[in-house]
Amino acid sequence: MADEDVARLAARGDAETARLSDFLVRDTPVAYAFIAPAFFLLLFLVAYPFVLSLWFSLSDARVGETGNFIGLDNFARLLRSGIFLQTLQNSIVFTAAALTLKTVLGMALALLLFRLVRFKRLIRGAILLPFIVPTALSTLVWWWMFEPLYSVVNWTLKNLHLVNHDIPWLPDPYLAMFTVVLVNTWRGLPFFAITLLAGLVAIPRELYEAAESDGAGPVGRFWHVTVPLLKPVLAVVFLFSAIFTLADFNIVYVLTKGGPMNMTHLFATYSFALGLQSGQIGQGAAVSLFLFPILLAVVFVQLRLVRKSTDL
Amino acid sequence: MMSPARRLRPLFTLYLPVLPFVLFALFPLYFMLVTSLKKNAELYDVNSVPFLIKRGVTLGHYQLLSQDTLFWSWFVNSLIVSVAATVISVVIGILAAYPLARLRFPGGDSFGVAIFITYLVPPSLLFLPLSTVVNRLGLSDSLWALVVTYPTFLVPFCTWLLLGYFRTVPREIEECAMLDGCNRLQTLVRILLPVAVPGVICAALFAFTLSWNEFLYALVFVSPAELKTMTVGVFSELIRGDIYYWGGLMAGACIGSLPIVVAYVFFLDYYVSGLTAGAVK
Repeated sequence: MADEDVARLAARGDAETARLSDFLVRDTPVAYAFIAPAFFLLLFLVAYPFVLSLWFSLSDARVGETGNFIGLDNFARLLRSGIFLQTLQNSIVFTAAALTLKTVLGMALALLLFRLVRFKRLIRGAILLPFIVPTALSTLVWWWMFEPLYSVVNWTLKNLHLVNHDIPWLPDPYLAMFTVVLVNTWRGLPFFAITLLAGLVAIPRELYEAAESDGAGPVGRFWHVTVPLLKPVLAVVFLFSAIFTLADFNIVYVLTKGGPMNMTHLFATYSFALGLQSGQIGQGAAVSLFLFPILLAVVFVQLRLVRKSTDL
Repeated sequence: MMSPARRLRPLFTLYLPVLPFVLFALFPLYFMLVTSLKKNAELYDVNSVPFLIKRGVTLGHYQLLSQDTLFWSWFVNSLIVSVAATVISVVIGILAAYPLARLRFPGGDSFGVAIFITYLVPPSLLFLPLSTVVNRLGLSDSLWALVVTYPTFLVPFCTWLLLGYFRTVPREIEECAMLDGCNRLQTLVRILLPVAVPGVICAALFAFTLSWNEFLYALVFVSPAELKTMTVGVFSELIRGDIYYWGGLMAGACIGSLPIVVAYVFFLDYYVSGLTAGAVK
């Protein structure tokens, strides 16, 4: 009898605790009140501008004029425009080259940083620095380093007798693309290295020991332990960087303004040139919207990755 | 006991390969500083060694910057905008992250996804329509334009970072406080925030850094020279036609990077944890 009472009381206690904690996580009015500032900010300054941008892209809006609906004319015109097709090609080359460099060098650097014992903090701190300083300002020094007359890069190459004339880094279309890719890599590499390093630290040491006792060498351990376990982190870093590399504005605008001969224009700089400098807001908005499908694809993949990792 | 050869091995297999990366990262910043301290005669002499200062250090470029340009106005503008945008964004971010981390409510998941999507929206996607919005609000050519628009990328970032941080804090203490009669806001401010201070510092540091470094919105929304921020002012006002004041430009770039570098030296670990929070968690 007494035992049953205790059991019943305990059961009621459990039910009450459950109801209580259920009550504690359900407070809809408070939740909405707390979220309201963020919600309205995103509604008026992100969602509304996005809709506005869609409208612009379908209209012949110019600076100071609302414009009329013209359907997909802007997009049709862009796809016939040589400059836009060049921009499209530049964007693909720029993003592919910079991402490849950042991934390969970032991985190599992360593996090196992981093994550091002495001066660990100092070296990591130095490596991360390019990512922290203002890009618009640090790009100025790259501009100075590639300046036609006084380029420190040319000075060094000439004094090492690797070349005997000044290399036209920024006036030459192909070298200009090389230069903007280089600066983007300089700025983005720390993000890859430091994040991949955090991923490396999280891999349990036992797995390496197990692989080693199974006779795996350093290369085998890299491909069969490090790479598979680092894949989720690598995917997130890669996709995140893909968006922001493709959407880059600062580096190209400061170094080349899209030139020479539009050979370094990306969506952002071309959209800026069309929309603000020549006042064709409709065309400019249409150009920047080319970023959107890629953004959506990345969001889709990332959300799946995030969900998968929280489920596990 | 390790043999000398074994002890020397890391030097060749580890520190030597790291060296080019460190040089690559630091050289431009070193060169920025050297250029800003070098006299024009040496700076524009094609035969002098560009890496060193051999004919004396000068503060002339810094003087030019202080006296002949609105440099310190730009500096103060950047400071005002960054502090204001940071405070606003961290407060809004804390408020939004709390219910997402702790409460179940209709639309909660969708809101979380919306925050995540905006976190990934690059500023270059929306600057054209935003400039129209800023115009209609009557804010263009004022610092308010930036204080109002910077939170559009700072709030999603702060919310996302704090959401991850709040989830690592056990909720039991908060439940006790609520049973003792605290309301939600009191619980958040008195119980959760003191425990989550590192997360808040991290969010604030990143928000400040992102605001200070912002370039596109500042370039588009504010045109009067005296209202420009640091990044835009140095870039657009120190290049007059085809004349480049390289010494002055580099001096501006040095001072413009200084606040961030100082914050960075003191809070290195926060920067590292903030950087990796999104990707690893």
